Amino acid sequence: MSIGQTFLGLLERQPRHGYDLKRVYDERFSPDRPLHHGQVYATLSRLLKHGLVMVDGTEPGGGPERKRYAITDAGIADVHAWLEVPEKPEPYLQNVLYTKVVLALMTGRSAEQILDVQRTEHLRLMRDLTKRKLDGDLTEQLICDHALFHLEADLRWLELTAARLDDLAARVA
Amino acid sequence: MTTDALLVGTDLHKAYGPTPALAGASLSLRAGEIVAVMGPSGSGKSTLLHCLAGIVAPDTGSVTYAGRAVDRMSDVERSALRRADFGFIFQFGQLVPELTCLENVALPLRLDGMKRRAAEARAADWLVQLEVSDVAHKLPGQISGGQGQRVAVARSLVTRPAVIFADEPTGALDSLNGEKVMQLLTTAARDTRAAVVLVTHEPRVAAYADREVVVRDGAARDLTRVDVAGRAA
Amino acid sequence: MRVARWGPDLLLGARMALAGGRSGLVRAALTALGVGLGVALLLTAVSIPAMMQARDDRGAARDDLSYEPPIPQADNTVLVGWAESRFGDQPIRGRVLRPEGPRAPVPPGLAALPRPGEVVVSPALGRLLASPEGALLRDRLAYPVVGTIADEGLLGPTELAFYLGSDDLTATDGMVIRRDHFGEVNTREGLDPVLALLVVIIFVVLLLPVGLFVASAIRFGGESRDRRLAGVRLVGADVGMARRIAAGEAGLSALLGVAVGFGLFYLGRSFVGGISALNISVFPSDLRPDPLLSLAIAVAVPAAAIGVTIMSLRRVVIEPLGVVRRGGDAKRRLWWRLVLPVLGLALLAPLTGSLTQESGTLNQTQVTIGVCLILVGVATLLPWVVQAVVRRLRGGPVPWQLAIRRLQLDGSTSARAVTGIAVAVAGAIGLQMLFASVEGNYQASTGQDPGRAQIAVNMVLRNGWTDVAAIEARLRDAPGVLGARSYSSAPLTFPASPEQRALGGEDPMSSLTIASCDTIRELTEASTCADGDVFLVPDPTRPADETPAAGTTVRIRSYDDVAPGAAWTLPTTARTVTARTDPGGGSLTGVLATPSAVPAAVRDGLDTYQGYLRVDPARADVADQVRNAAWQVNPLGTVSVLSRFVETNRFTQIRRGLYIGAALTLLLIGASLLVTMLEQLRDRRRLLAALVAFGTRRRTLAWSILWQSAVPVMLGLVLATAAGLTLGTVLLRIVNETVSVDWGIIATMSGLAAGVVLLVTALSTPVLFRLMRADGLRTE
Repeated sequence: MSIGQTFLGLLERQPRHGYDLKRVYDERFSPDRPLHHGQVYATLSRLLKHGLVMVDGTEPGGGPERKRYAITDAGIADVHAWLEVPEKPEPYLQNVLYTKVVLALMTGRSAEQILDVQRTEHLRLMRDLTKRKLDGDLTEQLICDHALFHLEADLRWLELTAARLDDLAARVA
Repeated sequence: MTTDALLVGTDLHKAYGPTPALAGASLSLRAGEIVAVMGPSGSGKSTLLHCLAGIVAPDTGSVTYAGRAVDRMSDVERSALRRADFGFIFQFGQLVPELTCLENVALPLRLDGMKRRAAEARAADWLVQLEVSDVAHKLPGQISGGQGQRVAVARSLVTRPAVIFADEPTGALDSLNGEKVMQLLTTAARDTRAAVVLVTHEPRVAAYADREVVVRDGAARDLTRVDVAGRAA
Repeated sequence: MRVARWGPDLLLGARMALAGGRSGLVRAALTALGVGLGVALLLTAVSIPAMMQARDDRGAARDDLSYEPPIPQADNTVLVGWAESRFGDQPIRGRVLRPEGPRAPVPPGLAALPRPGEVVVSPALGRLLASPEGALLRDRLAYPVVGTIADEGLLGPTELAFYLGSDDLTATDGMVIRRDHFGEVNTREGLDPVLALLVVIIFVVLLLPVGLFVASAIRFGGESRDRRLAGVRLVGADVGMARRIAAGEAGLSALLGVAVGFGLFYLGRSFVGGISALNISVFPSDLRPDPLLSLAIAVAVPAAAIGVTIMSLRRVVIEPLGVVRRGGDAKRRLWWRLVLPVLGLALLAPLTGSLTQESGTLNQTQVTIGVCLILVGVATLLPWVVQAVVRRLRGGPVPWQLAIRRLQLDGSTSARAVTGIAVAVAGAIGLQMLFASVEGNYQASTGQDPGRAQIAVNMVLRNGWTDVAAIEARLRDAPGVLGARSYSSAPLTFPASPEQRALGGEDPMSSLTIASCDTIRELTEASTCADGDVFLVPDPTRPADETPAAGTTVRIRSYDDVAPGAAWTLPTTARTVTARTDPGGGSLTGVLATPSAVPAAVRDGLDTYQGYLRVDPARADVADQVRNAAWQVNPLGTVSVLSRFVETNRFTQIRRGLYIGAALTLLLIGASLLVTMLEQLRDRRRLLAALVAFGTRRRTLAWSILWQSAVPVMLGLVLATAAGLTLGTVLLRIVNETVSVDWGIIATMSGLAAGVVLLVTALSTPVLFRLMRADGLRTE
């Protein structure tokens, strides 16, 4: 699911070749486990089928990797919807959150905004968990505490990242 | 701004010397509401608290409490207001070291004119509620940090204030003591229908509030009032 | 405790004492000043024995009064006539010298004896003679001044003294003694024992509080020092190192203080020459502290500072996170605090009754130690008293509660500062009690009656009764003299009665006085008097047969008792009358005769003249005018101003000095109280801000700091009054006086102490109000 969205995100600014998409994805998002060629082929086919991307041109040689893909309007709308809507906070959400944030930042969106939006969502869940904790028994408290700590860890990473980026921007400016 | 707001700070500016601490911060508080004020260190959260509480007068902007203009009151009037209607909890260093915990909790009542016996009786009740009645006759130097903060919370509640201002109340405490303090504070506040302005940088502490306000570079944005486009969780 | 480790630690501490920016330097300066003042006073105290000894030595070296048998005239003898005089109320030590040979002795301070008619004067007298105020004196001492008496011939720089050369001085001119050398090893021209006791006590009373101030000055900056020590521990020093570093800090401050103290002492010494108290003045060079003792002070004060710091830190736990004083809860023990004053009393009690003005030698050491112990006892009792009282106090309004609790928690800091006040007050009360009654003694009624005559003149007659008329005339001529009564006397003997001889007695002595009828009517109860009458005036305190009866043959004895006197038979018509007190307070007894009743041989054998003068009270210089007139007749005569009470002004000076000293001590101590208070306030900055947050009124806190100072001071005053009364009683018993309480001094000292408290509070309040702004809440 998120591989397709990642490809869409990578295609938002410029068309890319198939092999380019795989390369960037491996470098940025999955250095430990490079994508299978089959996965690439399947993902791109599905995107094509849903009309989120189209073929822009072809390199000589065969295979889907040789094709150049460009994003369609529907694809752009999909990317926006995915990136600009906060992810449903779940305890073990790091990977998706991480991916989203890095993509968002790569594409020039404001770190503060992402932070603020995500924080609001996280805090909403944390509030609910806290209420449950106040009324619950010991087991309930343990579970809620566990979740709360992980949620807090997310937020703290977000804050630090935002701070780092602000710092970088200030130095570059 | 909603009309049933109890305490409203509008476009507050405050500078200490050349450094601006607040640059256009606004916040409104309803009766019985718990609001968390969050932000990185140096962002001006404590200054916002001081302005709202009438401890410090803002350079520009207005602070209104129950319809009265706090920022235009004299120092004596603000002091009287704080004595009667507000309660305070700080991070550390706030209990008078030479008074017992009971006397510390009774102090705000005595300052307002209550007789010693009555004040200490009321204080004892609050110590029970905050689960620290066993330290009533000990000195602050003889008790642990967690117990001390609970005594401080009891002190902030003893005058039945309309608003409690808490500035990093769990900042010096470990997780368990912090949890205990927040739990007791919020329970007591809700029981007495006191509003709370809770300054903190910790999300888990802010989770005890009804909503949060983020302060950045001296400006406060009340985010839950902003419409979040699309898919809000 | 290896010595090798002490060195670097102490040095580090010394460097740290000067670190800390401006406030660190201010603190070091204050401490140095405090210690310096104490050291200067210590040096002064240590110089006093040397000073008194130097004065004694010079006095002894020029002494010329001896009770040895008269020596024969030789070429190494000189006749010394006593010409003591006064100018205004200043005494002048005068001698008339007549050498009897080329090897006549020269008094110390003179290069050679003055020639007849020439005078050598002390520098102060020379200045006085040259000044416009000394006009009358110039008339008296109208001799060319040929030299100045050097320092070794004087007791002090402001002493007025002269030596007048003469070639016709004889033994019968007055108090004249033949000497072949100047100086006596046995006599002391110093302070009488009671006065010496006063001086010793004054210095103890003023020194001790300053010493305590010094001790507390070394502890200045207690709280910030604690933080520094904790910081040092944090960086890895162990407890012993931390203590040694603290000691090094104290040692450096003390060392600086010693330097300041020596500087202050030598600076102040040069000013001391101009000061004259009780007509006693001191040469700066007399104030020579014993070199060994000076060295001891210079070494002991820093060493004591180091030692005291280490000792006091033993009860303190220095941890990297802060300093915990374990002293707060410890119940103080009473017994050893009572031992000190009891010991002091034990030392002083045996001295009861041992001193009077005339007799008794002052055991300086015993008295000093005794008084010190009593006063130090006050100092050590006060913290216990404060703790004992404060512990029992409860409740009350909020400011009172805050103050009492603060004292309960840590009363020792303020008690320590107040200790100085208590000791000063106790000492001052005890001293003033001693003063008041001794002063009363010195003020004892002389019996003189200035209502009848104001000036008495007494001199030796060279030619008997014939001189009297001329003398009286010259005295009457002096400006301001309204009237005079004169008479002349001589001792006489008459044959003993058979009863007296049976008891183995010698021929009884009485006296013959010749006076005019007017004078006789004034001096006796005689109702009628005519020229030619003779009266017998018995002495009511002596047996009746010591007055010659009518018809007895009496023989006149002359002044120098060498030549046999003339004889005279008392007429049988001599009447017995009772005497009346004369204006001088005495009464004439013996034979009283009109001039024509006495044969010429007897009249010419009279040797003393006594005159009582009535003078114009409006004229201020009449005494000196009379002295000038008397001087013309005989420089060795005495002129005294009658007064009901003797010399009161010397004690006014001492009392003034005592009040000034006490006030200065109190101010000094108030300064240390203030510094302690300000430090305390600064350290509670955050707490004060929190209190302001929930609405504490400023005046609540202001009242609490007032009570915080006032309670220890009030307790200290009570304790000090009790101790002072005890001390005063003991001292009075020592000098044999009745005990009476001087409430005036108690009220004054209490008022002064209360004033200090108010001043400290008033000066701390602005700082308090400034700290009570919400700035203290800023943690960012």
